[in-house]
Amino acid sequence: MTTTSFHLIIDSCYFIVALLFILGLKSMSSPVTARRGIIWAGAGMVLATAVTFAWPGMRNYALILLALTIGSSISWWAGKVVRMTDMPQMVALFNGMGGGSAAAIAAIQLSRGTAHSAIAITLSALGALIGTISFSGSCIAFAKLQGILRKAARLPGQNAVNIILATLTIASGIYAVVSGANMSIIAFFTLALLLGVIVTIPIGGADMPVVISLFNAFTGLAVGFEGYALNNPALIIAGIVVGSAGSLLTRLMARAMNRPILNILFKPITGEVMPGTALVTGTLKEISALDAASILRYARKVIIIPGYGMAVGRAQGKVKELTDILEQAGVEFKFAIHPVAGRMPGHMNVLLAEANVPYEKIFDLEEINEEFSGTDAAVVIGANDVVNPAARTDKSSPIYGMPILNADHAQNVIVIKRGKGTGYSGIDNPLFYGDNTRMLYGSAQTVVSELIKHLKEFM
Amino acid sequence: MKARERLWGYNSMEGFVALYIFMLAAFTGYEVISRVPVILHTPLMSGSNFVHGVVLVGAMVVLGEAQTPFEQAIGFLAVLLGAANAAGGYAVTERMLSMFRSERKQDTTKR
Repeated sequence: MTTTSFHLIIDSCYFIVALLFILGLKSMSSPVTARRGIIWAGAGMVLATAVTFAWPGMRNYALILLALTIGSSISWWAGKVVRMTDMPQMVALFNGMGGGSAAAIAAIQLSRGTAHSAIAITLSALGALIGTISFSGSCIAFAKLQGILRKAARLPGQNAVNIILATLTIASGIYAVVSGANMSIIAFFTLALLLGVIVTIPIGGADMPVVISLFNAFTGLAVGFEGYALNNPALIIAGIVVGSAGSLLTRLMARAMNRPILNILFKPITGEVMPGTALVTGTLKEISALDAASILRYARKVIIIPGYGMAVGRAQGKVKELTDILEQAGVEFKFAIHPVAGRMPGHMNVLLAEANVPYEKIFDLEEINEEFSGTDAAVVIGANDVVNPAARTDKSSPIYGMPILNADHAQNVIVIKRGKGTGYSGIDNPLFYGDNTRMLYGSAQTVVSELIKHLKEFM
Repeated sequence: MKARERLWGYNSMEGFVALYIFMLAAFTGYEVISRVPVILHTPLMSGSNFVHGVVLVGAMVVLGEAQTPFEQAIGFLAVLLGAANAAGGYAVTERMLSMFRSERKQDTTKR
């Protein structure tokens, strides 16, 4: 067989791969076909990997197989054993690795200096830049969500530092492309790594899902650009499709939070009290699990608002049990999901689906927000910022303008919370001090179990 | 890449053709995702994260063509990271989506 026919076979396979990826992603956008979608995309990946071994002129097969085996087996295992609640940081980590891979490809392209055109070398360098930022940024995002890095730290003059560092990085990138000197390439990558860290470090709390999604889009673009430099259509199509889909997803999320993407990157929520911030007054009123259970038992309608606290406490199974009992008692219940509840959009939906909560009980913000005024009890389980009325009223609040769930409009609000601290963003929440609000302290798992115990006594 | 052009006799990704592909792929990605219910945002983010794991293919080619120890080392790293992205991305996405398998009533009209 001649190399030309080899290439014909390889290219036909890449064509099928691109098709499988697009069809797979399309299927993944509907709950009915979603599972089929990932299987198709998976088949595409296997085909792409297998056919690449036939690439003419390939050497280093042992090295390739070794890297392939180590990389895929470790991360396959990690992906299988990770707890459902830790999924967001896992996605961030895998995404960072993709960015790192694209950056490593670019490093070789740049140091060889044998790119087929000026456009190719430019795109390769661009891919190196965004791939590296995605790599180091995603690692920081992972460390934050995993709790390794605890607080959002903000440098003095953060924005100025960002701009200077970005300028230096781009300048060194241009110099690296033009000169091709090894030292300048190393400087370029070091600066880009640093830029990813510096940009991500100050971003905290509720903004993290948007940032992960943004880095996901970044990695996609980087892969697409390296695909151009490598003359590989499968990489171009998969990369650019993910780049644009990821950008749209990022925008959808940012819009759901009413936080323009530029504000997320450059005006992070830090929880500092800004001058003019209305101080929250009043007292926190505690309630016992027994009293809370009786409120729920004799309510006509209950809306449950889950947040990250439910995920951390792994209480979704218990919450499902609670709603089963409420249903037996003839209490109407619904779940209200804020678009950014948890650490990723849809995070709560995934957890509730895991606990077998029926879809028709789960409602989005727009669908349910009018209903709170006719609700006897709103139960907030480990959510904070997404029910903070300061977002509606307090112009000086860092989350002002973000749409929130109107839990405070319900007759009674029961807030299940681990302790008296502020939420992930560090902002005080006036809802907790409201006249109709009662605080129920403890981990979500324990408190919900107690509620179930008392409710059973009432039956 | 010159090598490929020589081997192949033509270069399929010449100049503007690639730019057209960029444009069409961008629109495809936009279309694919524009009508997604919120419940699928996380799985879809994870799924698209898996799809860009195809960077593995590029990494394999680069390592396959590597000549110096430096290129081999960086290429090895690229394959390692790319494989981790693909395999981990699949494992995580598949686990998330397996929760949508049950026969419960599927409300596809919900956004």
